[in-house]
Amino acid sequence: MRNLWIFISRYNAFFFFIIFFSLGIFLTIKNNAYQRSVTVNSTNKVVGDVYNNLNVLKKYINLGTVNDSLAAENAKLKTTILAMQHVDTAKDVLVKDTAGVPQYTYLSARVIKNSITNRNNFITINKGKADGLAEGMPVISPGRGVVGSIKDVSEHLATIQSLLHKNTYISVSVKNTKAFGSMVWGENNFDYRKAQIKEIPNHFKLKLKDTIITSMYSKYPLGTLVGVVSNPGISQGENFKTVEVTLFNDFSSLQYVYVIKNKFAKEQEELEAKLPNEQ
Amino acid sequence: MNSKLILVNIVRWFVLLLFQILLLRNLSFYNMATPFVYVLFLLLLPFGIPNLLLYLIAFITGLTLDAFYDTLGVHTAACVMLAFVRISFIAVTVNRDGFDEPEPTLGNMGFKWFLFYAVLCVFSHHIVLFFLETFRLTEFSYTLLRSLTSSIFTLFVVILIEFIFYNRKAR
Repeated sequence: MRNLWIFISRYNAFFFFIIFFSLGIFLTIKNNAYQRSVTVNSTNKVVGDVYNNLNVLKKYINLGTVNDSLAAENAKLKTTILAMQHVDTAKDVLVKDTAGVPQYTYLSARVIKNSITNRNNFITINKGKADGLAEGMPVISPGRGVVGSIKDVSEHLATIQSLLHKNTYISVSVKNTKAFGSMVWGENNFDYRKAQIKEIPNHFKLKLKDTIITSMYSKYPLGTLVGVVSNPGISQGENFKTVEVTLFNDFSSLQYVYVIKNKFAKEQEELEAKLPNEQ
Repeated sequence: MNSKLILVNIVRWFVLLLFQILLLRNLSFYNMATPFVYVLFLLLLPFGIPNLLLYLIAFITGLTLDAFYDTLGVHTAACVMLAFVRISFIAVTVNRDGFDEPEPTLGNMGFKWFLFYAVLCVFSHHIVLFFLETFRLTEFSYTLLRSLTSSIFTLFVVILIEFIFYNRKAR
């Protein structure tokens, strides 16, 4: 027993290493596998405050670009309203919408932390549980399309699992065709402007500059913009091919995002939970 | 003397971590090389520090970094790895009983020793960091390349800082 003790204290560096290193690995695995319950991340109060204050300067510098994108979106919305008013002049048709409320409602939030240089990137925004956010809600940027989905919420902050993350798969389709596949980022290409679409059936002929939108199987509203095809066929298997896409979204200058609340998300989830789990 | 050493290290901790979080986090060379210069703090801790304390400091430093990078556990494990390599390397190369110098800086230990020390520590740190971050083996060669290029980037900045701040008094 005494010899054992001497042995341990002689090589204490190694034993401490084993203890602390396995603790680190344990944290990593836990973080990868589940939603995190420990808030040692940027939804934490202290960490969030640091980023919040730091962002004031950055916000000011990017004011011009943000203004432009908001103005562009305003113009687009105005056109939509005009189009709607035109339809309304047919007064003898009274439309009684039984749903009464739109399926999707949008909530704007400011980005207070963003990263694009890691393998797995996260974004932190300044809205949280108090504003009605919940895990899994999709996030888009004004006029430019898909950003990611909410991973964690605290009272006034939330983290978004960005599109630039190894676990983000988004079901997308090619506009005006029925081809669809799943989009991933970062397989041998860590350029934040490019993503790849896998599992597009070979018989669909894609062209350069074809527009990519979200498909009806994703949790984003159907037709949310994603990007344009920049390389139609970087690899080809027997049945499926992989396509490279240039994203509309510039993740390096993200300032404001919209969180989308789907009125039927919970209903759909509950309904699908009743299906027998046979996969 | 001793309290001065502690104060210097606390200040260094804050300066290097703020430097890392506020500036270097946004820096990347073609998304291939990302510098992690905060490891310099762990490299420069005094010789006489007990092993347990060193591991605790490494653990807490890693955890702080993880909080800001949203990668719980990755930096922590990498920092602990660095602490282990540091202890082993110092045990082999430096005389255990009489430490002439309090800190393993470039000015105190000479360029050759410090370069070898920094290369070993930084490379082991980056290997653990990038492989835990990727967390899959299918991108093995790419991750290896990324950790190699990032190590060179980090080492370049570390040696640069050392030359600016510590060389003067020794020579």
